[in-house]
Amino acid sequence: MCGAKAGGPDLAGVDVANETIIQGSVTRDGEPVNGYVRLLDAGGEFTAEVPTSSTGQFRFFAAPGKWTVRALVPGATVDRVVVASQGAQTEVPIAV
Amino acid sequence: MSRSDVLVDADWVQAHLDDPKVVVVEVDEDTAAYDKNHIRNAVRIDWKKDLQDPVRRDFVDQAGFEALLSAKGIANDDTVVLYGGNNNWFASYAFWYFKLYGHGDVRLLDGGRKKWELDSRDLVDGAEVPARAATEYKAQEQNTSLRAFRDDVLAAIGSKNLVDVRSPDEFSGRLLAPAHLPQEQSQRPGHVPSARNIPWSKNANDDGTFKSNEELTALYQAEGVDLAQDTIAYCRIGERSALTWFVLHQLLGQQNVKNYDGSWTEYGSLVGVPIELGSN
Repeated sequence: MCGAKAGGPDLAGVDVANETIIQGSVTRDGEPVNGYVRLLDAGGEFTAEVPTSSTGQFRFFAAPGKWTVRALVPGATVDRVVVASQGAQTEVPIAV
Repeated sequence: MSRSDVLVDADWVQAHLDDPKVVVVEVDEDTAAYDKNHIRNAVRIDWKKDLQDPVRRDFVDQAGFEALLSAKGIANDDTVVLYGGNNNWFASYAFWYFKLYGHGDVRLLDGGRKKWELDSRDLVDGAEVPARAATEYKAQEQNTSLRAFRDDVLAAIGSKNLVDVRSPDEFSGRLLAPAHLPQEQSQRPGHVPSARNIPWSKNANDDGTFKSNEELTALYQAEGVDLAQDTIAYCRIGERSALTWFVLHQLLGQQNVKNYDGSWTEYGSLVGVPIELGSN
């Protein structure tokens, strides 16, 4: 298993200026955690879900506004509220 | 038909991993997930490579489906249990597909890969692939009573139930695709006029398992869907709406429900059809 990497996955090839990116990593005691991350809209409705990478990272292509990022891992569920904007990466480090 | 005829839990699968007449099949959006690890003795079906015509936008035909299942070692009288990631989106799509070609006994693993992982159940290395002898599978003609085409959708505007199962932001036209995919599609955003937005996720719990039949019935009643009427479900490419089709047709036993696999990537690219923007 690789160690945890700070921030989201590599952005090579991504149209950063036009996308609204929410990304980050899920860790436990500094080590990456395999699990799932779901994105909920301002009304709390499910919008997307991804498994974390082997280095604990995740990324969403959203729209500008308020979102909840929810990490689901064995034995824990953790929420983070973020505000995303177009052309910027919103980094969400989640320790569980 | 009861819920247990089409939906099994992880304990049931665990108990049947060595049953030669039960074939566990993984179907994922991320077709490489199986290569990382999978449930022991599970075979893989690649929803893109195995289930789609390589040239036209359509499914593999009856002969193609027969060849696929024969090569996978699946017999007509086998019990097929489908599971996958993304809360069983593509496993549900495959389930619908198996029913389209008339497979007798096909079920979903409740919660799919995610629930299995969150419960810390065993997965084997991706290289450990079961050897199943080839069969001579015979498929039935496609059952189009389960499948809606674009003209069915146009004819249903204002007269039948149209259930748009995408997220509210896709429905309103704010997003063109699920938010884990780049938003690069060029077709128009929005939804089919008169469609109700009932996201697929309302059918499921956070761990990906389906809600109870009572909760599901209450959900559609509260959303004003008269299940006695014909219903067409759609999403972006027909996989999430296959999950809603599974709920309405298989769990709740509504026979007059179709999945529109052309979905928004087709409808939102048609010239001249009506489109609505905004929320319900």
